Amino acid sequence: MTTDLAIEAENLARSYRTRTGWLRPQRKTIEAVRGVHLAVGRGELFGLLGPNGAGKTTTIKMLNTLLLPTSGTARILGYDVARDALEVRRRIGYVFGGDRGLYERLSALDNLRYFAELYGVEPREQLPRIQELLETVGLSGREKERVEGYSRGMRQKLHIARGLLHRPQVLFLDEPSIGVDPAAARELRRVVADLVAGGTTVLLTTHYMAEADELCDRIAVIASGTLRAEGTPAELKDRVRKLDVLEVEVHDAVGPEHLQRLRDTAGIEQATVETSGTVDVVTVHARPSHGTHAAVLAALADLRTGKVTTREPTLEDAYLSIINGTTTGSA
Amino acid sequence: MALPTRRDVHRFWRLMAVGVRTHVLYLSRSGLELVMAVFAPIVFATLAVYLFRAGDQPDRLLQAAVGAGLMGVWSAVLFGGGGAIQEQRWMGTLETLVAAPTRLSLVLLPITFATAVVGMYSLIATVAWGVVLFGIPLTPASPLLFVPAMLVCVVALGMMGLLMAATFVLLRNANSLANGLEYPVWMFSGVLVSTATLPEWTRPITWALPTSWAARAVQAATGGGEVVWPSAVALGLGLAYVALALVALVWVERRARGTGTLALT
Ligand SMILES: Nc1ncnc2c1ncn2[C@@H]1O[C@H](COP(=O)(O)OP(=O)(O)O)[C@@H](O)[C@H]1O
Ligand SMILES: [Mg+2]
Repeated sequence: MTTDLAIEAENLARSYRTRTGWLRPQRKTIEAVRGVHLAVGRGELFGLLGPNGAGKTTTIKMLNTLLLPTSGTARILGYDVARDALEVRRRIGYVFGGDRGLYERLSALDNLRYFAELYGVEPREQLPRIQELLETVGLSGREKERVEGYSRGMRQKLHIARGLLHRPQVLFLDEPSIGVDPAAARELRRVVADLVAGGTTVLLTTHYMAEADELCDRIAVIASGTLRAEGTPAELKDRVRKLDVLEVEVHDAVGPEHLQRLRDTAGIEQATVETSGTVDVVTVHARPSHGTHAAVLAALADLRTGKVTTREPTLEDAYLSIINGTTTGSA
Repeated sequence: MALPTRRDVHRFWRLMAVGVRTHVLYLSRSGLELVMAVFAPIVFATLAVYLFRAGDQPDRLLQAAVGAGLMGVWSAVLFGGGGAIQEQRWMGTLETLVAAPTRLSLVLLPITFATAVVGMYSLIATVAWGVVLFGIPLTPASPLLFVPAMLVCVVALGMMGLLMAATFVLLRNANSLANGLEYPVWMFSGVLVSTATLPEWTRPITWALPTSWAARAVQAATGGGEVVWPSAVALGLGLAYVALALVALVWVERRARGTGTLALT
């Protein structure tokens, strides 16, 4: 089968049925992914960016055959994920974040040997391949230690080595840098970049903007199970390029009524608040206008405000405005 | 389906060997398993010896120790094999196992065999403690068939474990079922008391259990009697159970992909 696309999804949807309550159980259906279209070319590094609960993991698990779609179809290198699961599995690697999924009481080496066998690596090739991967992810010399003594970052490296054993053509990385310290996260990004340089197609999910910005060729932003925008990091930034971003330090607690007042102000598209240390920082996206500064301060008049800064929009600003629905359509 | 090639056969045995090694290693490193592995056989050996001393049958002491050890094998397979899928799910490894381009049944078989191997250790330890602590004479009736009969027993139980792994995962109350099956199967398998003393209606159950045939073979190797053909029946039944498990597991995997229950969320 030949196709230029590594990953294709058409109208992919998935719902979960859950039961909540114990005395009077109630059935509920959660629409986790609602009609996603994806087309990722061979050798591309594609980012799926979205907040927690957006449906990133659910999407990845449908693509890697662990979850059957409720509707829609998806193909990996031309093979249908529901019907040709085995063919898909031969060609993909799956690495998820978090510290589970490894045999804790075994050494990294024993873990890798076992998975090399399960993933069908030729017996003669197994040990050299394992050594090579330990080198790549930077675990050489520690491979005889039991995984239970490993740090989060080391476990993640081991997960990646495991996912690469059988030289998959398509790699799914689900939030690989979650809970990993910054130095280890940087190393992980290097490993991923090297893989893509070597021709592997990577689909990465993350909720870290910087990671997506630095690594990805293209990004799709997902929220509440639907894709809100898709494009290169530069294209996504362009959508907010025409906006000014104002950051106001506030020394009192900012309430929802303040944000609502800001959003109701003419020229302001978006207002969010984040607590950093002892101050709340209000971020406002506004159409360039001379009155914005004064209008923002007026809306926060009953609070003690501090420094006000104006800056260029970042990918994070683009992301926030996309998931908050202020800009729509594809770039 | 295509017939397996030589390469497939080779791969199968490698997979079994590496899988059993990995999971035996894993089980042997659990603190709880280790304590159980040391103490349970002493308890079994003591029980066996006192039951039969009290029963005034000193000539059957070795058989009693072997019988007690077989109970240990059964318990290990029942809980370890029956809970295999659930256990991997809790560890978060089930998804990595399912995502592998290897059939789920081939992935699980070494896991259930590993539990049988651990059970086998418990059988050997029970007999060893019996010899060391209570001076039971180690004089099996068929010294040459004693070890093969025990190996057949492990294999038969490992195969039965696969069916349990496949079916228990479908049941909400698998754990209570496992608890409920622990003692009756000992009874029906004639491990401690002969099945001849059981009521007539239990016969079909006895015949359907590879454990009873395997136990009969081991007992015969210990105390005298036909060893080979009960072993063969045990293996045959084991294979039939594997065949059922293969069908069940395809369905189990499909269902888990449908309901999204491969991972704990
Ligand atoms: N197995 C499951 N059963 C029920 N609901 C689930 C299950 N997995 C995920 N969900 C729900 O589906 C939605 C999307 O989840 P997920 O795909 O894990 O999001 P993300 O990976 O983007 O954080 C969430 O509301 C989550 O609670
Ligand atoms: Mg997720």
